[in-house]
Amino acid sequence: MTATHRHVNYFGVFWWLLALTILEVGVIFLPIAKLLIAILLVGLALAKAALVAMYFMHLKFERRTLALVAITPLLLCVLLVFALLPDHSATPHRSAAPPQAPTTSH
Amino acid sequence: MSQVAAMTTVVEPAESPLTPESWGKLGMWTFLAGDAMSFGALLAGYGALRYGSVDWPVPADVLGIGLTAFMTFLLICSSVTMVLALAAIQRGDSRGLRRFLALTVLGGLMFLGMQAYEWTHLIHRGLTLTGNPFGAALFGTTFFIITGFHGAHVTGGVIYLSCYLVKDLMGRLSQTDANAIEIAALYWHFVDLVWILVFTFVYLL
Repeated sequence: MTATHRHVNYFGVFWWLLALTILEVGVIFLPIAKLLIAILLVGLALAKAALVAMYFMHLKFERRTLALVAITPLLLCVLLVFALLPDHSATPHRSAAPPQAPTTSH
Repeated sequence: MSQVAAMTTVVEPAESPLTPESWGKLGMWTFLAGDAMSFGALLAGYGALRYGSVDWPVPADVLGIGLTAFMTFLLICSSVTMVLALAAIQRGDSRGLRRFLALTVLGGLMFLGMQAYEWTHLIHRGLTLTGNPFGAALFGTTFFIITGFHGAHVTGGVIYLSCYLVKDLMGRLSQTDANAIEIAALYWHFVDLVWILVFTFVYLL
């Protein structure tokens, strides 16, 4: 639990993060379905984030309740994504509305 | 008088329940959880706007993936130097602390320099907070707000760590300050963690 008991191979974590980053950049050029690319990218990003939190931020060595504090924002944000999606999915919009024909009003 | 003193020592604040080392560490984690919600809200908003747009450009076509991949690499390196700085102060190695803390600050400054270069380049190409020649204008808005919010965090982190570097150069940092460095390190790693997500959602997806 204490600092002296932590024997983390930080360079091992570094190589993992580097490899996952290279993999992420490579994935976007794969000739596969976009949905599959998106799933792969999100998975790789979450894996990298988990590595940073667990080993660099030492969450792996903290009390489990602190991990719950750390994971709560992620869960709330996933909820937020699903809460926001219906707002826009029903009404696809263009950034610049096509110019409307001038109306003649008297 | 001595009785009063004895009584007051009895009413000591309780130990932090989640982080027995210090209350400060719990404070930083609580702040980071709130800050994560700020970034989460920005990224969720980004997702909703992009999902509803029909002319959202492919980010890789507009933004420089090579440069930002290198910026990601740089922040990962600075996280490694930060954990090495913490390990150094924990074992009382003041030279190691100074070297790794300075390298971390340097990594942050290089990241900011590259972000300034990237922004300047994109603005010259017409991408601004309100305009985007490549498609949806909100692409520019969300890009500058999200990367700007993160850049502000990096700036804050550079200032935060620089304060400790100056304190160390003045000879006012010792092994007993390891806890303060650990708390500062938590902030710095969080900035790295958020960039990993920003890089994926804003640049790669």
